[in-house]
Amino acid sequence: MAVDTTPATPAGQAPAQRPRTASRLRLLGSGDAVITGVLVLFLVVAALTVEGFASARNTGFLLLDVVVIVLIALPLTLVIVTGEIDLSVASTVGLSSAVMGQLWFSGLPLETVIPLCLLLGAMLGAVNGFFVTRLGLPSLAVTIGTLALYRGLAFVVLGDRAVADFPRSWTTWAISGIGGTGIPVVVVPLLFLVLLTGVVLHATPIGRSLYAMGNSEDAARFSGIDVGRTKFWLFVVTGVVSALGGIYWTLRYGSARADNAQGLELQVIAAILLGGVSIFGGRGGLLGVLAGALLLGSVRNALQLENVPADVLNIVTGGLLVVAVVAPQVAARVRSRTRARPAGPPSAPPARPAPDAHPSTDPAAQVPADQRGNR
Amino acid sequence: MPGAAVLALEDVSKSFGAVAALRGARLELRAGEAHALVGENGAGKSTLVKILAGVHAPDAGRVLLDGQPVHLDGPAAARAAGIAVIYQEPTLFPDLSVAENIFMGRQPLGGGRRIDRKELHARCAALFERLGVRLDPERPARGLSIADQQMVEIAKALSFDARVLVMDEPTAALSGVEVERLFTVARALRDGGAAVLFISHRFEEVFDLCDRITVMRDGQWVATDDAADLTVDQVVRLMVGRDVSSLFPKQDVEPGEVVLSVRGLTRRGVFSDVSFDVRAGEIVALAGLVGAGRSEVVRAVFGVDAYDEGSVEVAGRPLRPGRPAAAMAAGVALVPEDRRQQGLVMELSVERNATLTRRWQLARGGLLSSRAERATAAEWSTKLQVKAGKLADPVSTLSGGNQQKVVLAKWLSTNPRVLIVDEPTRGIDVGTKAEVHRLLSQLAADGLAVVMVSSELPEVLGMADRVLVMHEGRLVDDIPRARADEGSVMLAATGQGRTTAVAP
Repeated sequence: MAVDTTPATPAGQAPAQRPRTASRLRLLGSGDAVITGVLVLFLVVAALTVEGFASARNTGFLLLDVVVIVLIALPLTLVIVTGEIDLSVASTVGLSSAVMGQLWFSGLPLETVIPLCLLLGAMLGAVNGFFVTRLGLPSLAVTIGTLALYRGLAFVVLGDRAVADFPRSWTTWAISGIGGTGIPVVVVPLLFLVLLTGVVLHATPIGRSLYAMGNSEDAARFSGIDVGRTKFWLFVVTGVVSALGGIYWTLRYGSARADNAQGLELQVIAAILLGGVSIFGGRGGLLGVLAGALLLGSVRNALQLENVPADVLNIVTGGLLVVAVVAPQVAARVRSRTRARPAGPPSAPPARPAPDAHPSTDPAAQVPADQRGNR
Repeated sequence: MPGAAVLALEDVSKSFGAVAALRGARLELRAGEAHALVGENGAGKSTLVKILAGVHAPDAGRVLLDGQPVHLDGPAAARAAGIAVIYQEPTLFPDLSVAENIFMGRQPLGGGRRIDRKELHARCAALFERLGVRLDPERPARGLSIADQQMVEIAKALSFDARVLVMDEPTAALSGVEVERLFTVARALRDGGAAVLFISHRFEEVFDLCDRITVMRDGQWVATDDAADLTVDQVVRLMVGRDVSSLFPKQDVEPGEVVLSVRGLTRRGVFSDVSFDVRAGEIVALAGLVGAGRSEVVRAVFGVDAYDEGSVEVAGRPLRPGRPAAAMAAGVALVPEDRRQQGLVMELSVERNATLTRRWQLARGGLLSSRAERATAAEWSTKLQVKAGKLADPVSTLSGGNQQKVVLAKWLSTNPRVLIVDEPTRGIDVGTKAEVHRLLSQLAADGLAVVMVSSELPEVLGMADRVLVMHEGRLVDDIPRARADEGSVMLAATGQGRTTAVAP
């Protein structure tokens, strides 16, 4: 066999031919670099062409809009890396918001209401986790169901009423800025959570097991990873964080309503997929997700400044979602075709499409090839 | 009476990526002969069959039909050329009738282009008549025994007037009586002027049925000779290319105390009442036919699968069922049967795969550094001589043998006391195979308890201190090295040996 007659390269040492740029991009989480570049480009263009985009006031609004998306994207990224999905996050936001309003309305102090809402979120997540991991149902089907169910329950709790008399101290804190910069104070705890999630995903044994099970559940189980338990707890965490998002949403708008954050799950998922996370699991990094969320938020914000109607915003979100899903596939196909040509007719189809099995030596082609930020 | 060559392969080569499955393979089938094709697993027999069946096109070399070059660019072309292939496990449409399966796509049509069922069944019955098979043409294919399914496939071949009948390990899952019936049919076809290509690991069948034998090794043609001029020993030597004893260097070890103890392990419908002990320094082989439940037993022991009854103890302490992590903590390691699905995460890098089992031990304060992973992976890939370009490359870029080494590294780095290997050398080249055998022997000598599931009899006989034989989910024999030979193991595996209950 040809492979076995070649002398072994000293193990662990990368041959020198690897392009420098590629290893540098890898620091960024490789695939993340593309979306980060697009984000920077867009910010520059928008700042130059859209009036008021770069102002401190608008930056504040933009960030406030993105906070909940980034927050929920954190646990949901982990879920998607394992190959599952949770579509019920926005409904969990709505239900926890409604329950928060109802409990506050019935006279409980917010110090009691908030932990109760977080507990509720944990339970809602546990329901998802139970159906997916214990009963083995596909998470797509389960969470489509709970998406409708939780939203429905929110209307049961609050109807079409709104509870709006939350204490001023809480609601002003939710939108206050750091000093005079316009950057919201909540960005600070959010950044802490981003950092925490990033470390868990990219630098802990747990993160390694998430990528393993996202790529091959069987191989993960045979390596002693408790796939079911891990996924169950990911759904619980996603529920808790979504409830936290519901609490913040309520305070930020000063209003608890059953239809709060309706349709937000699309924006969160679009941000994650735009960030280079594979919908099939096993691939992607958190930095890309952060950039994806900011890009999505900035695009919507810029369009709003240009007085584009809300319907069009949804079209843009949906369009970006489709692009995020389709682009990697197209790129992979183009790559495999350009590679097949010099090698002559393709000998045997690979067992599984693994477009990046043989990284191209062309650094430009390599960037999207390494859309696996887990290094 | 063998006649002219019907079908011939000349210097056929075929590669899959970096793996050369065939390198100058040759074969000549004559009308009216039964021809055996033998070789170790991975010798390229299956690839050769797939070329004959039109599934793969050769990269180089020629396929000759009646002396004329042909291109078998698809199963339909092969069928049109009169080549029929019977696989070990036929794939029939379970919900269609036997007759419909045979005449799929060319059912006799009656008025208004509707299928003429009467004619269909009559033709099918006529085929069965010729074959001397009693099967109802109208019954659904679901529920037919493997032997009967093969008969349906042969009837199909007959209905095409196949001149070449290729049988790829048809007897692996058959009982003695069924094998006899298959051979009767094969002989009748041969005497009718067809060429029969028979692929089997069972030498007595090869010598019983076949007139000539072609031996392959490492994708190459080695020899073709009249069966009458060959002995089993000669064939084996041609197959492995060296003496068997040097291939399997099991060192003699005085076994230590019992490390793994399995008692009454039962999983309903899969295996039942399996009990055995494995001592430190011992290599115990689990032999048996495909489907006897060997892999299922070791998977239950490791905890990947659940079991209904029984217990597993490691060094005297009971193991929690259904939890691989608990088994790993107790010092059990399982190198699974399917390297690509179960052994490795193909998309991840060599280093991530090699350290996946040790990710908690390698973490400092809960954090994993790529440097620690790379250092560990480098250490083990040097020890096991893994030939990889970069440790950061996806493990899918490695050859099969090197992938298997990564799986071994992944498990040996956990420092196990019990090493379970399931088909440790399946689909890897002969060189790496010998390395794996040497490694297992060395590990046993160092005091590891080794359980080896293997379908390769020479490997079982060469490596094992004891051979446990399973038949249809039960442990039917426990044969010490001294008494283990091809005959005793095969007899027990086919359920014809002494069925003494094995009580360790």
